[in-house]
Amino acid sequence: MIFALSSWRYGFVGIIHSYDQFCGCTLCLSVASSCKIASLLAMKDTLALLQKFNAHPDSRCWYVAWNPKGTLLASCGGDRAIRIWGREGDSWECKTVLQDGHQRAVRKVAWSPCGNYLASASFDATTCIWKKKNDDFECLTVLEGHENEVKCVAWAPSGNLLATCSRDKSVWIWEVDEEDEYECVSVVNSHTQDVKHVVWHPTQELLASCSYDNNVCVYKEEDDDWECRATLEGHTSTVWGLTFDPSGQRLASCSDDRTVKIWKECQPGDTAWKCVCTLSGFHGRTVYDIAWCPLTGALATACGDDGVRVFKEDETADPDQPVFSLSAHVPKAHSQDVNCIAWHPKEAGLLVSCSDNGEIAVWNYQSEV
Amino acid sequence: MSGGTRLENANPLIFQRTGERLQTANDEDENVADPIDDREIFDLIRSINDPEHPLSLEELNVVEQVRVRVDDQENTVGVEFTPTIPHCSMATLIGLSIKVKLLRSLPERFKWVMYRLCLISLQIDVHITPGTHASEDAVNKQLADKERVAAALENSQLLEVVNQCLISNARTG
Repeated sequence: MIFALSSWRYGFVGIIHSYDQFCGCTLCLSVASSCKIASLLAMKDTLALLQKFNAHPDSRCWYVAWNPKGTLLASCGGDRAIRIWGREGDSWECKTVLQDGHQRAVRKVAWSPCGNYLASASFDATTCIWKKKNDDFECLTVLEGHENEVKCVAWAPSGNLLATCSRDKSVWIWEVDEEDEYECVSVVNSHTQDVKHVVWHPTQELLASCSYDNNVCVYKEEDDDWECRATLEGHTSTVWGLTFDPSGQRLASCSDDRTVKIWKECQPGDTAWKCVCTLSGFHGRTVYDIAWCPLTGALATACGDDGVRVFKEDETADPDQPVFSLSAHVPKAHSQDVNCIAWHPKEAGLLVSCSDNGEIAVWNYQSEV
Repeated sequence: MSGGTRLENANPLIFQRTGERLQTANDEDENVADPIDDREIFDLIRSINDPEHPLSLEELNVVEQVRVRVDDQENTVGVEFTPTIPHCSMATLIGLSIKVKLLRSLPERFKWVMYRLCLISLQIDVHITPGTHASEDAVNKQLADKERVAAALENSQLLEVVNQCLISNARTG
């Protein structure tokens, strides 16, 4: 498959050079999004499969997350288990299975910024906090309060705050003290439907969430209370995933409407965000997850059409009108829906995806500069 | 189901059932490629029971063969279903039953297809027939949200109701 892709790629090299008009202007981008040949011409980079392994047999693998050092990968799924994976030479081995924390599917997991804690969000309406002790994990506490399925959990960059969201339409902010005690400090009800994902700004205490109500909300603390400071409207169906760019000035969202939108803060510190770019025509079905690489700035998506795609930004474009082109695409990356995509935090180009068939795939993205 | 004995649609129109699929000589021949067709999918879902009446979805005209679309090459299945009344509160449950029936039946059925065509992925779309339900967009969105479908199917009470709908109807086999 890789070979076929490469020869295909080289087959087009001559054309790329002879048509070096493919500059990434708005016209080119619209051509690229509407025309498959043009998309192929723009694809100069490769996404090579390094490894594929069955992480959650006979179940879905819902989500994967790297620890901050990139030495461990946590996965979770429909089998109610969390598995911790480590690299052993050329292969990946399951180091630990965390099995007794949840009564129902574990939807998402998140590592604390220090890497010593793992939080898991489950359909059983609870969030578990696990503490790493040498090679083992113990369940430290169970956060209760949501009325039904917890869909996502995320740690603030300081490690002192945790956010959870649920099908009960609310976003909860939890404060962690030195004694490992968790207290809910705010419940925000800005969404009118099921909240799918929460993500913190890479450096600031700024939180974003997205929902079945098609909107994205951005929250900030105001007088000891958290409030929604901006509602980003534009998607025409469920927004499944969110990711901040490495600088934190922009936010990318992916949706059931098969598009990706890039949002930019109008002025630093201002609470107004506007959509500066929409990537449409690239995805065949729902886009379930999106990840902005903190090291390279490449944008990867996980799609319900089984494909994994990487988009690259044209650095010469106007920052207020950014241009992204599809730089790599593996059409059948998995045999079923791709649920999650995660860039390695330290090793540029290392990418992990997971799927409904329970598999995890490790990819190497190489960009021809 | 809904408020004791009060039925939402007390006197539904009843439609005639289609006959059995005609067997051809090729059906028994293991060497003949046999792609999944619309009729096969229809046969899987037509005997699903209505949650409210002791009738099948086919007899209530909720499912029809012309509203089934199979693309064996692409491994996609599309089913449109028509609620008996525009405000049917059972629409989501009916759609879920159709989806569960296909999810349970198809991978088994597709196993040999996988070997032959190296096709493994399967997409199942279940939608309300356009213009036949007051809140069809909301029901369609709910049925298309695999996370919510997965969570719903972990609910044992709901699963019990779905299973009741899927118990094979003696009269339609």
